[in-house]
Amino acid sequence: MARAVSTKQKSINTAIAGTLGFLMFFPILWILILSFKTEEDAIRAPLEVLFSSGWTLDSFGAVQARSDYFKHFSNSVIISVGSTVLGLLIAIPAAWSMAFVPSRHTKNILMWMLSTKMLPPVGVLVPIYLIFRDTGLLDSRTGLTIVLTLMNLPIIVWMLYTYFKEIPGEILEAARMDGASLREEVLYVLTPMAIPGMASTMLLNIILAWNEAFWTLNLTAAKAAPLTAFIASYSSPEGLFYAKLSAASIMAIAPILIMGWFSQKQLVRGLTFGAVK
Amino acid sequence: MGRITLEKVTKSFGEVEVIPPLDLTIEDGEFAVFVGPSGCGKSTLLRLIAGLEDTTSGHIRIDGEDATDLPPAKRGLAMVFQSYALYPHMSVRKNIAFPMKMAKVPEDEQNRRIEQAAKALNLTDYLDRRPGQLSGGQRQRVAIGRAIVREPAAFLFDEPLSNLDAALRVGMRLEISELHKRLATTMIYVTHDQVEAMTMADKIVVLRAGNIEQVGSPLELYKTPRNTFVAGFIGSPKMNLFEGAEADKLGAHTAGVRPEHIEVGDPASAYWSGTVGVAEHLGSDTFFHIHETGLADTITVRAPGDVDYKHGDRIGLNPRMDMIHKFDQQGLRIQ
Amino acid sequence: MSTKASRSAARLMISPAVVLLLMWMIVPLVMTVYFSFLRYNLLSPGATPWAGWENYYWFITDPSFNDAIWNTLALVGGILVITVVGGIGFALLLDRPMFGTGVIRIMVIAPFFVMPTVSALVWKNMFFNPVNGIFGNIATSLGLQPIDFFAEIPLLSIIFIVSWMWLPFATLILLTALQSLDQEQLEAAEMDGASWSSRFWYIMLPHLARAITVVILIQTIFLLSVFAEILVTTNGGPGTATTNLTYLIYVSSLLQFDVGMGSAGGVFAIILANIVAIFLMRMIGKNLDA
Repeated sequence: MARAVSTKQKSINTAIAGTLGFLMFFPILWILILSFKTEEDAIRAPLEVLFSSGWTLDSFGAVQARSDYFKHFSNSVIISVGSTVLGLLIAIPAAWSMAFVPSRHTKNILMWMLSTKMLPPVGVLVPIYLIFRDTGLLDSRTGLTIVLTLMNLPIIVWMLYTYFKEIPGEILEAARMDGASLREEVLYVLTPMAIPGMASTMLLNIILAWNEAFWTLNLTAAKAAPLTAFIASYSSPEGLFYAKLSAASIMAIAPILIMGWFSQKQLVRGLTFGAVK
Repeated sequence: MGRITLEKVTKSFGEVEVIPPLDLTIEDGEFAVFVGPSGCGKSTLLRLIAGLEDTTSGHIRIDGEDATDLPPAKRGLAMVFQSYALYPHMSVRKNIAFPMKMAKVPEDEQNRRIEQAAKALNLTDYLDRRPGQLSGGQRQRVAIGRAIVREPAAFLFDEPLSNLDAALRVGMRLEISELHKRLATTMIYVTHDQVEAMTMADKIVVLRAGNIEQVGSPLELYKTPRNTFVAGFIGSPKMNLFEGAEADKLGAHTAGVRPEHIEVGDPASAYWSGTVGVAEHLGSDTFFHIHETGLADTITVRAPGDVDYKHGDRIGLNPRMDMIHKFDQQGLRIQ
Repeated sequence: MSTKASRSAARLMISPAVVLLLMWMIVPLVMTVYFSFLRYNLLSPGATPWAGWENYYWFITDPSFNDAIWNTLALVGGILVITVVGGIGFALLLDRPMFGTGVIRIMVIAPFFVMPTVSALVWKNMFFNPVNGIFGNIATSLGLQPIDFFAEIPLLSIIFIVSWMWLPFATLILLTALQSLDQEQLEAAEMDGASWSSRFWYIMLPHLARAITVVILIQTIFLLSVFAEILVTTNGGPGTATTNLTYLIYVSSLLQFDVGMGSAGGVFAIILANIVAIFLMRMIGKNLDA
């Protein structure tokens, strides 16, 4: 039972946690403010920045003009959504099998799939780079989508598996008794029931793929570069243009920040493989 | 039509044989109940008939045709699950329509059957609700409705009432019995509750460890249990079984007498006597649990409600000698 | 619930995932191991003769290898200490009753969703820049000499940035674990006369032990591969001050085009990660009732 807590105690807690929370969030808040400033204002001292009068949308336009922001944005969308959808298509049947027709190998298969996730990407950087070079997949959205699909496939399988496990097997048997074929069973009964789980799996994987910054940096150049690589190009010397860097950053993280807030709970499940509930 | 025959059916999970070779016939229109303690294989047997599990060997015939290798959908059977297994994302109407949709029944025929089933099961007002918005009893009725509309050769029930509270259970028991009378379709009903078996069945199949212990009508099982297991399982409160000198005197290795076949009386003149432990007053009846009788640890007696003995009182017991059951060394009935 | 039909369907449905992951794992792995025994540089085309253990020898004896190992350990260790200790603190704090829990929670976990390149660049320019950065500004206004973070304390700066990104992760998991603690246990302990500190030490901490282990193991796997943050801030420098194993391998393979050497490094990285992975897999396996 939760105990009644005095308003005073609650206020103290709120003040401490609020301050710390604000400090954690401050860098994001700060670039949000800078992105609406002119370059001249943006490099002033912090307090002067706050009280400087000019608010402008110029930086956003400048980012697009400098290097075609929307091209990179659409690369990010295509790669992250594409790899997630592709991953789901492969993972749904696999997770279905393991959750509803478990065999004595199921546990081993699951653990093995997980172990592929433990492989450090840098350990296979050279061969993947060479394979991509030789097959013309370097700097292509297709190539990156494939890599990210495979990289996140174990997480997708695992998350779906834990969600499917929660669907009682009797309901699927009922469908079978009712004359549904395997296809109809998956289509009309399992899928609608699993939609919330699939949606959160999808959300988390889009986030992971969107923020992936090893393969995206190493396997792309100008053409297929998603936002991670695009932002990296601000490394220097453009990094000193605070307003533009801020605008570019805000545009790169905003969609994911919003999605992330919706998927807080699933995050724990997806990233700990069910080891923490 | 729905005559179901099992011929030498066996089922093993890996090395473990859960159903040894088993023969059984359920006649068309019969209400058969599989009853037994948990783990006796009754649910497995039902699932074999449904086709949700493969038989390891043997044959299952439905109306004479070999259905052993048919998938569940092709057997023409409907099943009501313990958890009801309603589709949570579909309305009641869609739940009931689902098997007909799978069988591609024309839409107007679907609607006709849904209306009919809804009326029979008092679901008309709930057709547009989701299962989550229904009470346990209503969900149960939807599950039955979903089974009825298929017009199956036989209904299979897997412990359908065990998730309901006691009062609802009695009501649903009656409804299912009435449904059977009305449809006159074969029903196979699995339960661990012998009261359900006694009150509903035309034919009871008592199972233990995958073996059929006895098949018969409720009264046959009550009057002439074939062995000590059936004797102890059927009837409530349980039959008093005892061994030793008193049993020997009656010419049996094990003897048994039901609580309702013992009269209480003056301890001085009675056949047996003992000390009252606990007296449970139900109003109509009183159950006495009696110790120190020299028979077994506790002997249960069913007496009229107005008989009053207290804890520690001496009490006399007179069994009806024609109602004593006798069993041999192997626990089989002596006749 | 299984019949022969459903079992064979199940095998069919699981095979694409298994086959793809098998290829994804085996093919590059075998190639990495193979390349690590070749004298193979993309800049000198032609024959790629067998090199034996040569690549391993040169990779290990390279002075930057030593630095990279130490930097990797310092990076992983430092971030783990900060995020676990900070995460426990945040979790205990956020578990208390307060106003606007939802908003505060969102503010705390937001950094986790920021892509590595963005957070590295934002900290580098807006905060660590000695002239225009906020920290520099604060120092100047207090009359102090601003610190040039990436020149004076480069590794610490990177530890700080990465910790900011992973602290939310640790907090979120530890908070979830803390909330699964049965309140009645704490009340029973209180009735038994346990003070807050002994309740924390004897009940909460043991309850969190499992979650803490999971946080440590999962973060270690990811932190061994920190890359983007280094690439966009220091490029591994000054000198090799911020070169970790991942970055060193990147330099050998994609900047010096030495495939053999890079592969030998890759084999090292795999072995290092596997040591951690074994422990993590055991923990997860125990929790899996498949």
